[in-house]
Amino acid sequence: MSNAQIEIQLIASIVAVACAIPGTFLVLRKMAMISDAISHSILPGIVIGFFVTQDLNSPLLILLAALTGIITVVLVEYIQKTGLVKEDTAIGLVFPAMFSIGVILIAKNANDIHLDVDAVLLGELAFAPFDRLLIAGTDVGPKSLWVVGTILLITITLLILFFKELKISTFDKGLAASLGFSPAIIHYGLMSVASVTTVGSFDAVGAILVVALMIAPAAAAYLLTTDLKKMLALAIGFGIFSAIFGYWVAHWLDASIAGSITTVLGLVFLLVYLFAPLKGVIAVMYREKQQRTEVSLLTFLLHLKNHDELEERHVNHLREHINWQKVRAKTVLDLAKKTI
Amino acid sequence: MDITEYIKLVFTDYTLRTITLGTAILGAVTGMLGSFAVLRKQSLLGDAISHAALPGIAIAFLITGAKDSNTLLIGALISGLIGTFWIRGIVTKTHLKSDTALGLILSLFFGFGMLLLTFIQKQPNANQAGLDKYLFGQAATLVESDVWLMAIVTGICLIVMLTFWKEFKILLFDADYTQTLGFNTKFIDILITTFIVLAIVLGLQTVGVVLMSAMLLAPAAAARQWTNSLSVMVFLAAIFGAFSGVFGTAISASQNNLSTGPVIVLVAGVFVIFSFIFSPSRGLLFKQIRFIKNRRDLELHKTLAFMHHIAETHEDISHPHAIKLLNNFQGYTRSTLQKLVDKDYVELNGNMWSLTKTGFETAANLYTKQSTEDE
Repeated sequence: MSNAQIEIQLIASIVAVACAIPGTFLVLRKMAMISDAISHSILPGIVIGFFVTQDLNSPLLILLAALTGIITVVLVEYIQKTGLVKEDTAIGLVFPAMFSIGVILIAKNANDIHLDVDAVLLGELAFAPFDRLLIAGTDVGPKSLWVVGTILLITITLLILFFKELKISTFDKGLAASLGFSPAIIHYGLMSVASVTTVGSFDAVGAILVVALMIAPAAAAYLLTTDLKKMLALAIGFGIFSAIFGYWVAHWLDASIAGSITTVLGLVFLLVYLFAPLKGVIAVMYREKQQRTEVSLLTFLLHLKNHDELEERHVNHLREHINWQKVRAKTVLDLAKKTI
Repeated sequence: MDITEYIKLVFTDYTLRTITLGTAILGAVTGMLGSFAVLRKQSLLGDAISHAALPGIAIAFLITGAKDSNTLLIGALISGLIGTFWIRGIVTKTHLKSDTALGLILSLFFGFGMLLLTFIQKQPNANQAGLDKYLFGQAATLVESDVWLMAIVTGICLIVMLTFWKEFKILLFDADYTQTLGFNTKFIDILITTFIVLAIVLGLQTVGVVLMSAMLLAPAAAARQWTNSLSVMVFLAAIFGAFSGVFGTAISASQNNLSTGPVIVLVAGVFVIFSFIFSPSRGLLFKQIRFIKNRRDLELHKTLAFMHHIAETHEDISHPHAIKLLNNFQGYTRSTLQKLVDKDYVELNGNMWSLTKTGFETAANLYTKQSTEDE
């Protein structure tokens, strides 16, 4: 492994962790789509920030773009409050409009800025190690590593400081409000963290991957546990695993790193979705089938209780009376034999 | 370029005519079907589907190796449908909520699509250039056959919608009732969803994956403000959509460096803002006006009640009092006083006012009404 490869994997893993933390809360608060809206609507903020600073990694640009993200959230809430349309429609109206403004701004000034819409949406992790941060002439590592590292540090600090508040307000808004925590402050705090994370990561991994990294690990973890701390840990684990494994898949296919990390995330989610022990599709289907057999058994016993004649008790009779198929009747009978 | 010249150009210039027609038809059909999406609270489904269509396009290209837009659209349709039904599977089979399911499918499918696209780009096949036009759409690549395809699909949509109008409508507003009536709700549901997916896939080439959801939502959200009737809403949404397409094309054609998709979306956005503000029954402007009017009425009544309170203590109800007396009372302004005079409740005489007989009676009734309501 070369130095650049290690750095890429490090950046991807840090982004994965930084996204998984706010993502878990977004999924629990049923606001997952907000992350999608933010990731699109930061585009005009990035473009304007780029006009001002001429540097994609400058903190000012990140703040400006994050501000656009928060404006989006406020706009969505304002539109929703007017009662004219539902919340999801409000989200669906605001972010394409913001994104369009961004695209037009880029197109109109194509000559002045070296910004590509594709790059904003998809990012190019492979180039991240080339943009070095120089402090007093010495090379201290890639710029984006420092950017996402700082963001991760802030996120973790906030998480530890406000874990209790976040937990209560996520699961019981009313209780949180009555205990004196302002749900509004926590809400906007979370939104700000999500915005900053999105902006900080977009240049490394692109806006869409940010959404995937926020939602997919959290959703997969949610299927496996009902404990918030475990869910956070699992989400972080899934994120890091997908980031590193995805990098190697991309390396092998010679394709977009962001795309392959997302694909690995998709596979992870698919596996969990199918095989999660309690809430996976297969488990749910098995449980439903068992419950059906149990109900059938009860029906069968009731049938026996109600009819004493010998002909009524013949197996074939079950088929016409309770309308069972042969196989089904056999399963139930076997079960009945076993239990008695 | 002035407007008449532009209109003449629309009719004579092949490219411009094709694009204008294409975007207009696209706007109409997405507006029409978008109404159902908005009313079914599936607004963001469009966003998810349009992103989910991307891997389908890439896989269709990988299999056929040709860039025929019809095959690519079939690929998009299939992967869009897979995405839709997976979303449904997640929502019904697990405890994950619909927003999580939408965000998941959207980002995962899109990421997979991007992986395939970048993979294709590295392939030694000269044909692959231009696949990324599906990301942001390029109306300029529309040709006459595309417009025909859109027109045919729109026609089919229209026929199906008219045939199943009653079923669509009843499912929209009361799904349980529909089921008890014996309709096959699953079938109707799948029918609507399939057509929504179809409309989205059609638009991918023109406005692209990212902005397609706005085409679906914006005309419908605008139309919703003007009416409470489904048929009117669908009709209005189609018109708004078509006009967004035409105006958007016109604006982007008259300027350099303006891609059509974003401009169409912004035009549709203007329709939405206009509707939000100026719609007579739901709009913000008229709501505010009604609000102010109600407050004025309330203040008027308060002033009248206050005057009645003073007049009660005198034997002669029309005994004049100084206007100054009202000063410490907040509901009082010059204009409310003037309004009371206009209604013939009060007489003004210099700096003095006095209640008339009608005014006194109205105020007394106002008071009793309030007191009975309070009890």
